[in-house]
Amino acid sequence: MSEQHLQSQTVQTTGHAWDGDLQEFNNPLPTWWVYTFYVTIVFALVYWVIYPSWPFGKGFLTGFSDISYVNKSGETVTSHWNTRALLQEDLNEAAEMQKPYFSKVAASSFEQIAKDAELSGFVQSAGKALFTDNCAPCHQQGGQGVVSFFPNLTDDDWLYGGSYEKIHETLINGRRGYMPAFGEVLNAQQIDSLANHVASLSGIAHDANKAAAGRALFTSDSAACYYCHGDNGKGRQEIGAPNLTDKIWLWANVPAAEKAQDKVAAIRSVIASGLSKGVMPAWGERMTPDEIKVLTVYVHQLGGAK
Amino acid sequence: MNTGLEEQIGVLQERLPVFTRSVKGVFRRFKTGVLLLAYAMFFLLPWLPWYRADAPSQAVLFDLPGRRFLVFDLTVYPQDVVWLALLLFIAASVLFFATALVGRAFCGYFCFQTLWTDFFIWIEAKIQGERPARIRLYRQPWGREKLLKIGATHLIWLLASFWTGMSFVLYFGYAPDLLTSFFTGQVAAAAYITVAAITLGTYFAAGHMREQICTYVCPYGRFQSVMYDRETLAVHYDAQRGEALHGRASARSGMRTREERRVRGNGDCIDCGLCVQVCPAGIDIRDGLQYPCISCGLCIDACNGIMDSMGFPRGLIRYDSEANLASAQTTAPRLHWKRLKVIGYGVSIVLMTIYLGYSIFSRSSFEDAVTQIRQPLFIQLSNGDIRNRYQVRITNKQAVAEFYRIQVKGVPASAVELGNFSEVVVKPGRSVTVLASVTLPPEVAARTRELTFVITPRTRPEEAHRDVAGFHYTP
Repeated sequence: MSEQHLQSQTVQTTGHAWDGDLQEFNNPLPTWWVYTFYVTIVFALVYWVIYPSWPFGKGFLTGFSDISYVNKSGETVTSHWNTRALLQEDLNEAAEMQKPYFSKVAASSFEQIAKDAELSGFVQSAGKALFTDNCAPCHQQGGQGVVSFFPNLTDDDWLYGGSYEKIHETLINGRRGYMPAFGEVLNAQQIDSLANHVASLSGIAHDANKAAAGRALFTSDSAACYYCHGDNGKGRQEIGAPNLTDKIWLWANVPAAEKAQDKVAAIRSVIASGLSKGVMPAWGERMTPDEIKVLTVYVHQLGGAK
Repeated sequence: MNTGLEEQIGVLQERLPVFTRSVKGVFRRFKTGVLLLAYAMFFLLPWLPWYRADAPSQAVLFDLPGRRFLVFDLTVYPQDVVWLALLLFIAASVLFFATALVGRAFCGYFCFQTLWTDFFIWIEAKIQGERPARIRLYRQPWGREKLLKIGATHLIWLLASFWTGMSFVLYFGYAPDLLTSFFTGQVAAAAYITVAAITLGTYFAAGHMREQICTYVCPYGRFQSVMYDRETLAVHYDAQRGEALHGRASARSGMRTREERRVRGNGDCIDCGLCVQVCPAGIDIRDGLQYPCISCGLCIDACNGIMDSMGFPRGLIRYDSEANLASAQTTAPRLHWKRLKVIGYGVSIVLMTIYLGYSIFSRSSFEDAVTQIRQPLFIQLSNGDIRNRYQVRITNKQAVAEFYRIQVKGVPASAVELGNFSEVVVKPGRSVTVLASVTLPPEVAARTRELTFVITPRTRPEEAHRDVAGFHYTP
């Protein structure tokens, strides 16, 4: 450890002198810094060749690294490198990873899926993603729906039936619910009587006399409510006519009304103006059969399998 | 022009090559023993078979794709990360404990930098010869002999480095398969990159950098210094005895017995320089305790050998405390363990080891979580009943598949709906999520705030877990 190893050096100046003795140090940049800088230049040149970089004419230099992906119609597309294609490629990979599960779903019956813990786990996660993308805008994230607009899928009341087959059918073909506006054929008193009768069916406080009159009207041919809702008001699932005797209200916002008279008023307004907004789009054209099958089982699980 | 400008001095000293002389003695034997034991463990452990039902039969296997570490009969999952934290804490405490007692014992005997450097020096000495031969080779111009010997040394260093990297990677897969697929180019790029990085790292750190890693790079060596105090045992040169009044002197004629030397006022150090020649850090211990010293004890072996041949008592260089050496009447060196610091470290080691052991041996064979589905918070059914839904997640940590029974306490069995999964089978190392729903009449629902789920493994009913989940209903 001797002094001869301690290198001593003198700092150079630029050679200029101002005011006689004012000098300027010439401390060059450290060598490692300069070489790192050169390396970044080389890196940039290589980068320009590989990736899209400079504007050129009306377009740009696309670089030499191509990227291939399969688009929605199954065609293999090869383009210059870009992040959109990269995303497509990643999505292709993800679809490839899901494939064995989807094909197992395709090969199994609804009941078999519900018995297989692993497969119903897949349905829970894949179904949730599909539901979020396609169904949640109306039926809400958890399937709880919105009263007066979109049915609740988590309860045990199904307009068109809650079996696997019925849910599957609903998803593929869609539904169109309709109730005529009775305000045009019945007078206000008749509608009030009907509303009181409907309220009585599910145990809401009502006027017994009006309800009795309403009951007669309900089963008469002048109003013909029974035609769809049945004599006892239990509805008909084959045409999507709701059960009026249970605690579930989709169209008339009865749960939100505090007082009994407001509840009756809510029913009255639905009878008077009818309904034509019970429209569920058909998904058979928009989704693959496997996706619809996954969604069927997912929605069936939401309703607690009823 | 340049007058008045300061002189600048280079900040980094050029490395002086260190050629260590080999030595025999207690510490050398200890170091060799530790080296052989550590190498046997590191290089052979991936090849130790261990029967497993659900994984390759390898005693220690870090299964990254499966997200688990298999260590003999113990399977460690990511959620057991607290064990790693405890292990690191224990390791740190042991390091502090040992350093407070006997100085940098880790650096001198156990550190992998020391072990690999020792091994590489041994290779160097086997090919190029003892210290004088190596110095001669270093000084002579490049020729056939130098080229062959230096080339062979570096080649074997590289091979040893490669096998070090390879052995490391073998812990992460089934060793026999991994080795063949490694050489047929079938393993992931990460494996090749890791092997390359460790090969180069070992080659440069143990072949070229050596003691510079300890003096310039390693932080442990630096912060261990602050754990020393005057009672800590460290490798010391007994200057009082070695230098006496008029300093060290060579053992020329008339200076060969202690009596002759005492008359002349010279100490016991005959200035043979062997302690410097054997030092892997290239320092002179007689300059006192210094930061590059890794306390490997080789200078003690060297000096004891010389003292024996001179007929002087051993221990001119020895493990001793600064306090003892500085006192007027030096006593025999002893461990000063009755210090708050040492006892504190010791207690923390014992406590943490007990806790780690308890945590490992009382581990459960499965994990579970019950969460209420909050979208929507509750559901009113057509007959007015109130339903809450739950996600029950069960992770099987055993090596075999297991059935788990799911029950809900305090509500009638008819209120609980589990689909087909009131008893569910979970594959080893996998998780299953079961949807459960509980339906109660509104008056019962209004006073129910919580439900207790009980999950019972079929083969270990005594391990049943209870999970409390909320029940929501606002009329």
